[in-house]
Amino acid sequence: MENLELSKQQNAHTESERLRGGSFYRPRVDILESEQELTVLADMPGTSVDNIEIEFENGQLMIQGKVEPRRPSGTCLLQEYGVGNFARTFKVGDHIDIKQIKADYADGVLRLTLPKSEAAKPRKISVQAS
Amino acid sequence: MFSLQSSSPFDLLRREMDQVLFDTLRTWPSPTAARSYPALNIWEDEGAIYVEAELPGLKHDQLEVVVLGSELTIKGQLPVQAPEQSAIHRKERPEGHFTRVAHLPAEVDTAKVQAVLKDGVLTITLPKAEAALPRKIAVAAH
Repeated sequence: MENLELSKQQNAHTESERLRGGSFYRPRVDILESEQELTVLADMPGTSVDNIEIEFENGQLMIQGKVEPRRPSGTCLLQEYGVGNFARTFKVGDHIDIKQIKADYADGVLRLTLPKSEAAKPRKISVQAS
Repeated sequence: MFSLQSSSPFDLLRREMDQVLFDTLRTWPSPTAARSYPALNIWEDEGAIYVEAELPGLKHDQLEVVVLGSELTIKGQLPVQAPEQSAIHRKERPEGHFTRVAHLPAEVDTAKVQAVLKDGVLTITLPKAEAALPRKIAVAAH
C-alpha cells in the first residue's frame, strides 16, 4: 500500500505503477490532523470531479483520478514529467466517522475531510468542587 | 490515529527508511526554489511552441508568466499551509516561492502568447515570431 515515496517529477517514466490492469501515479499528499478531523490534500492536476473516484472498503480509503491524455501537436522537445492516472490507498483507523467523509476538488487538488467519531474527539471534563 | 502502514517488521523498516529520506529531502534548502520547479513538458510544431507544467493548488493570480525574446519565466507562490491547531502527519506537497526559466528554441511573438491555468495544469502557447517561421523562397527562372 504505502510504498517508498517517489515524487512524480523525479521519475517521470518509471514511477507509474500497476493497479487493476492500468498504470498510475501516486499523488503527493499532505495529511493534517486537528481535534475534530483529519484533512488529506492530494495533488491531482488535470483530472475533474467526474473523473475522481473515492472508495472505502475494509478499512482502506482509495482515491483515484482519471487523467485524459494531453498532447499538443508537434514534436516533443522536453519531457520532465509523465501524464497519467492517479491512485493512492490509505489505511483508516476506527476513529473516523466513515459516513461523514467529504471531498472536494479545486485547482488540481483533492481535499478529503475525515471527521473523527465522537468517541475519538478530545473531551474536557469539568472538575466539580466538592 | 490514522495509521498509514501495516505493522510487519518489513513495513516498519521501510517506514523508517522513508522517514530518513523524506527528512533529508525536506530540509534541503528551499526545495521548491533551489530545484527546477515546476517540471516542464515542451512541444513544438511549425508555428508555435507549447509549454506545459503541473501546478496544483495554484490560483491564476498567484502566477506570473513573462516572455522576453526566447526566454520564458514562470514564477509564483504556492500557498503555505498554516496549521493553527493541526498536527502535520505528512508533508509531501511543495509550498512557497518558485521560479523557473526556460530557454525556448525560437524567438516568439510575445504579443500573441497565451497562458491558461486549469485544474492545476498550466498550458502556454507561444506562436513563433515572423523571423523564426519557415519561409519558402520562390526560385526565379532565369
